[in-house]
Amino acid sequence: MRTGDVVSKILFLCASLSAVIVFLITAFLLREGIKVLTPGFLLGLTWSPHRGLFGIFPTIVGTLCVVAGAVVIATAIGIPSAIFLSEFSPFWVRNIIKSSVEVIVGIPSVVIGFFGLTVLVPFIRNQVGGRGESILAGWIVLAFMILPNLITIAEDSLRAVPRSYREASLALGATKWQTVRNVVLPSASSGIRAALVLGVGRAMGETMAVLMVVGNPETPWIPTGVLDRVRMLTSTIAIEFSYAEWGSTHQHALFAIGVVLFFMVTVLNFIATFVIRRKNIQ
Amino acid sequence: MNNTYMINGDAAAFSPRLANDKVVFKGFNLWYGDNHVLKDIDATIKSNIVTAFMGPSGCGKSTLLRSIDRMNDIIPSCRTEGDVYIDGRNIYDADEDVYTLRKAVGMVFQKPNPFPMSIYDNIAYGPRLHKTASGDELDKIVEESLRGAALWDEVKDRLRMNAFGLSGGQQQRLCIARALSINPDIILMDEPCSALDPIATIKIEALMRELKERYTVVLVTHNLQQAARVSEMTAFMYLGEIIEFGATRDVFENPRNELTENYITGRFG
Amino acid sequence: MNEIQREKLVKGLLYAAVGLSIVILPIIVVWVTANGLGAINLEFLTGRPYRFEYGGIYPQIIGSVYLVSLCTLLGGPLGIASAIYLAEYAPDNVVTRTVRFFTETLAGMPSIVIGLFGLQFLVYFLKLKTSLLAGAVSLSFMMLPWTIRASEEAIKVVPQEYREASLAMGATKWQTILRVVLPAAVPGIVTGVLLGMGKAMGETAVVWLTAGSGLEAFVPRTLRSPTGSLPMYIYLLATQGHTAEGMQNAFGASLVLLVMFLAMSVSALLIRNHYLRRLG
Repeated sequence: MRTGDVVSKILFLCASLSAVIVFLITAFLLREGIKVLTPGFLLGLTWSPHRGLFGIFPTIVGTLCVVAGAVVIATAIGIPSAIFLSEFSPFWVRNIIKSSVEVIVGIPSVVIGFFGLTVLVPFIRNQVGGRGESILAGWIVLAFMILPNLITIAEDSLRAVPRSYREASLALGATKWQTVRNVVLPSASSGIRAALVLGVGRAMGETMAVLMVVGNPETPWIPTGVLDRVRMLTSTIAIEFSYAEWGSTHQHALFAIGVVLFFMVTVLNFIATFVIRRKNIQ
Repeated sequence: MNNTYMINGDAAAFSPRLANDKVVFKGFNLWYGDNHVLKDIDATIKSNIVTAFMGPSGCGKSTLLRSIDRMNDIIPSCRTEGDVYIDGRNIYDADEDVYTLRKAVGMVFQKPNPFPMSIYDNIAYGPRLHKTASGDELDKIVEESLRGAALWDEVKDRLRMNAFGLSGGQQQRLCIARALSINPDIILMDEPCSALDPIATIKIEALMRELKERYTVVLVTHNLQQAARVSEMTAFMYLGEIIEFGATRDVFENPRNELTENYITGRFG
Repeated sequence: MNEIQREKLVKGLLYAAVGLSIVILPIIVVWVTANGLGAINLEFLTGRPYRFEYGGIYPQIIGSVYLVSLCTLLGGPLGIASAIYLAEYAPDNVVTRTVRFFTETLAGMPSIVIGLFGLQFLVYFLKLKTSLLAGAVSLSFMMLPWTIRASEEAIKVVPQEYREASLAMGATKWQTILRVVLPAAVPGIVTGVLLGMGKAMGETAVVWLTAGSGLEAFVPRTLRSPTGSLPMYIYLLATQGHTAEGMQNAFGASLVLLVMFLAMSVSALLIRNHYLRRLG
């Protein structure tokens, strides 16, 4: 009784810790980066710290290019995989694969990046062209990084579709695939859309694996081809932080990039949550 | 009136006027949100007998049962008015401690729900929780409770085994033993046999007849024959009200209310 | 092509997709093992790095172990406590929904942003300096949402009947949670924590900015000492190494990291399987 009250208050404090941390992150990032966050910063075409130029537009474009391609690839492989797991696989196969996916989710990204750097990049250099480090390499590596999450969320959405829908369709003479395409997929569509949005968010925030394969040129330019080297928002921060002078505009600019990242990812999460919410209410 | 009910032998000799009042409902009402589930309940449950509450689905009998140990309180939208007295104390009084109440009232649920622990730990849960015994004392209580539920001989060699290894009927008797372990006065049984096979059901009905020697048993059942077989007094409920309540033989052989008669003869429910 | 043929074709494509999805793990494991096995010997595992590309990785191994252990000590219990609140006590109101939203936001936070925050808040504002402590606390920011999610799941799955049986015997809500719900949820919680530890082991961006250069030649002596870690070591040698031995060492470290990661993740799954079988 009395212990119960005390306990629930303590537990509530623990639960609100996440909120406190997010607040602190917002506060500290904004404090450091806000001065640099100008339209000139966001749309500026040149990023050259020693000349005092901090335009991140090419970096934004580079990030979007890599993320877009990666999401397309991950969707093309991941959604069918999710469909397979949910609809076409026997129970034990599903268990093994789901467990494997849970492990793959956590593979150290630096090892993936290492693989990309020593295997994928030379392959592209020799077989396709360019330096090897490229948007293309980024696509492949990043697609792999977001694949497990995408599969998990999409599969959950598919499984959430009531069995009765499938049974009704099959009872009318439809094949399994027809049932999936005409009944299950539409029913799970908002959950799958949420999975995609969350995948985009995850892709934007991925640092290490892409860092090692996209090239990171000194002065990034707006990419024109798939073999161009680019900078990512995340990799810019990671690479330059160690040699940005403390308190300098350079450092503030890096924090400002952090703010941009934080903002974009949070908005994406928000959208995904509302997309899922709407389905649950229905 | 034509009926095919076998009225339990003890009930034939039972006279309500001679037994003590154990649980008394006075003008008791209960709502879940806007839903008026129990309407002006006035009833007296006598001690050391089996009292059965019967009625069609949704009549409120389970809710009534759960009002005796205030398990309805768990549901946030639950609201009550009126009083329920146990041994003269109003359990819905503002300063009554619901935890002490539940120590004095044991409950057995529709679906057997043993804890995911050994048989021993299941029975020992209550005494350990309330710190009433430990060590050898605890062993004794476990044995007594299992004997009281007619389960001891079947499990005495495998007390450390997980409770899920028992059959459905055994699990339910385990739950009864668990309820006995806290030494209650009253045992509430919410359709205890509905998930069990006929043989297990017979065993539990026999157990009820033994239990009433030491406890007051309140039974909710949708099985009319069961109510007739095991209880001394029977209440018939419909849409949240008690329609008829009296000695079992009177209710089954000479129902005063037309609704009761229709229910007993199977015209509805 | 008729429906039955189409179904076969579709099934084939789906199999191919799944195959692609999971074939990467064994490929990476084989590739790392093949290249890294050569570097593994006693000197490598117990020696210290010198002149950047040579030597062993002992301080890095210990550093990673310390980082993950400390991070789990911080993020584990807090995450479990939060999960208990969310699963058992939280009413369905605005406050709860807000808390959940922030937990989801934290879960989706890019690791480099956590690293930036750790640097600004822990290293400088709280003056913890680049250190084991700063690194571990920053890692726990990442681990917290993972633990909350897994624990909440595990608690929610415990059948309501157990709670009712306990309450009917006069137990309070907290007694019920402590004596019945939590013990039943322990396997799921442990699995979640172990999986989180595996992920934390491989986290690079966070420790890059908060824990140390990565190539420390010494095991951290106090919480305030900077510490090396396997992921940082691998990153630095992979991107800046130019000798064959440096590359070999990077592979060796990758192998060690993978082994530790797999050990934690696989034991997490084995634990869960074992308990699922016992209950089912």
